[in-house]
Amino acid sequence: MWNYTDKMMDHFLHPRNVGEISDADAVGEVGNMACGDALKLYLKIDKSDTCITEAKFQTFGCASAIASASALTELIKGKTVEQAEKITNDDIAAYLGGLPKEKMHCSVMGQEALEAALAKYRGSSPAPREEGKIVCTCFGVTDTKIARVVREHNLTTPEQVTHYCKAGGGCGGCIGEIQAIIDEVWRKERERKAQRATPRKYLTNIQKIQLIQETIEKEIKPTLRADGGDIELIDVAGNTVIVAFRGVCAGCPASGVTIAAVVEKKLREFVSPEITVREAQG
Amino acid sequence: MNTVYLDNNATTRVAPEVLEAMLPFLRDFWGNPSSMHSFGGQVRKHIDNARRQVAALLGAEEDEIIFTSCGTESDNAAIASALAANPCRPHIVTTRVEHPAVFGLCQRLEKEGHQVTWLSVDTRGMLDLDEARRAVRDCTGVVSVMWANNETGVIFPVEEVGKIAKSAGCAFHVDAVQAVGKLPVTLRQSTIDFLSLSGHKLHAPKGVGALYIRKGTKFTPLIVGGHQEMGRRGGTENVASIVGLGAACELAGKHMGEEQTRGRGLRDKLERALLAAAPDTRLNGHPEMRLPNTTNISFEYVEGEAILLRLNELGICASSGSACTSGSLEPSHVLRAMGVPYTAAHGSVRFSLSRYTTGGEIDFVITHLPPIIKALREISPFGRKGR
Repeated sequence: MWNYTDKMMDHFLHPRNVGEISDADAVGEVGNMACGDALKLYLKIDKSDTCITEAKFQTFGCASAIASASALTELIKGKTVEQAEKITNDDIAAYLGGLPKEKMHCSVMGQEALEAALAKYRGSSPAPREEGKIVCTCFGVTDTKIARVVREHNLTTPEQVTHYCKAGGGCGGCIGEIQAIIDEVWRKERERKAQRATPRKYLTNIQKIQLIQETIEKEIKPTLRADGGDIELIDVAGNTVIVAFRGVCAGCPASGVTIAAVVEKKLREFVSPEITVREAQG
Repeated sequence: MNTVYLDNNATTRVAPEVLEAMLPFLRDFWGNPSSMHSFGGQVRKHIDNARRQVAALLGAEEDEIIFTSCGTESDNAAIASALAANPCRPHIVTTRVEHPAVFGLCQRLEKEGHQVTWLSVDTRGMLDLDEARRAVRDCTGVVSVMWANNETGVIFPVEEVGKIAKSAGCAFHVDAVQAVGKLPVTLRQSTIDFLSLSGHKLHAPKGVGALYIRKGTKFTPLIVGGHQEMGRRGGTENVASIVGLGAACELAGKHMGEEQTRGRGLRDKLERALLAAAPDTRLNGHPEMRLPNTTNISFEYVEGEAILLRLNELGICASSGSACTSGSLEPSHVLRAMGVPYTAAHGSVRFSLSRYTTGGEIDFVITHLPPIIKALREISPFGRKGR
């Protein structure tokens, strides 16, 4: 049995804002019965201040699909179109106190219905999301959509992709293709980062130190801090960068590996391929 | 809140008589039946007695029964042994609606290079015997077919399939996990070489099963170790559970008639009432060729997990072939093999009764399920005509 939160069960057993709005200003519809879930979202929007005055829904789906739709309507009521546009599936999941990872696609469906409705309201078509080549034929998921969930949710495995957009969850025949899309997304991401960093061919010493400092701040610290560690730049002598580790990284027997794997790799990528990194002694 | 347990194809309660029979072997007689002292050795005769009880229910001889840890182990042991006995016959014939115990094993064997023919079923879940005849060939090592389907209760004509297997000279295995205790079985007059059963589907505890191996059939153990089970299954015997399985088989024999009359009556009442209570509702599986305890009904335009969780709020336990209940995204492979439309497969609910099911419980479900379907259909964007 799924590990559903009390709040999720409450929204499933007593869904808020169920129904239709006959004179809705915008309607968003996603999913279909073959997929096992579908959501139709109706919005009433005040023309003067674009405030969403009423939101209703109809859902065909499992308990978490119903609860996600209920949560979505609660989240957007009273918000302006601009504010509502910023709501993501993570907000829906968070509102319900979290969803099992296999059920994240239910919250994604909520976000997509909202996007479809708002796009209709603005008179533009929500087409860009639907374009691309169908990769998962079981659930009709395109490469564009897969690449988007990979980027937006920092996904690295086909299994995670299935949790977020169902792709690969049917016959499994497209798992290899999904992996290729994931690899491509992250390869491009790396290229993009590298491009941003490479043009500086002739750096003065001060520029170089600044760039090293900036790279440590933006590219290295967040990774280490996520694990409870930290890093400090001590000195730069030519192409040798001397750093000290703080927090859980300090005195960690694996810090030799950390330098090689993370710091040096990043500095070589963003500053200069000649950089070597040493840990400060004592 | 009372529990209304209608999920007996998933597992059953341990019968009080079974528990009583088991307790001495957990409390007092905990010796090892293989020991050379009488404290351990005295346990041996209780295992032998359990073997007699299982054999009696199956219409088989005692030395044709080995105890295993579960139905899945029995299935694995039978199929692996049949293939090992005839390395020059690597082809397998099975069906598209098998329980994962056989389905998953055959998928793996297929990956490892065995040819597998997956027999299809019609919209009522029945096999086409001509298709089976065409499938069996000189290189077929084993035909493995379930006796009764766990999801729909549909009963296969196993003896007919067995004749086809025998005509090609290959081994015949039957996964009878859902059938034993519900249908009469007489293996003495049968084409079956291997038959699997599971304790916890017939009011014995989980963690014990049995495998029937026809006398004279070549057998290679799956679990290799000591000399237990006549050298056919290594590992110290799960004495208390084996005693429990024996007691459960004896009880099942006594209650068999009741399953076919009282049990079937309750099932039919539930089925008729639910099919009549809501429009756009369908029965999955052959209306007659079915276990007396199982009904599988699809409610279109609603999703199975949502139905189950609403039933759960009332203490009613059932199961569904919907994708969402399994963690996979595809609905039941059994319903899809039968060509049940996705829309109906997602909204399928299985009720499986036992001899402990009461008329009051059935009435409770008949009262409370239709309003749940109505409420969920009101949330659904589909099926306006279904309201």
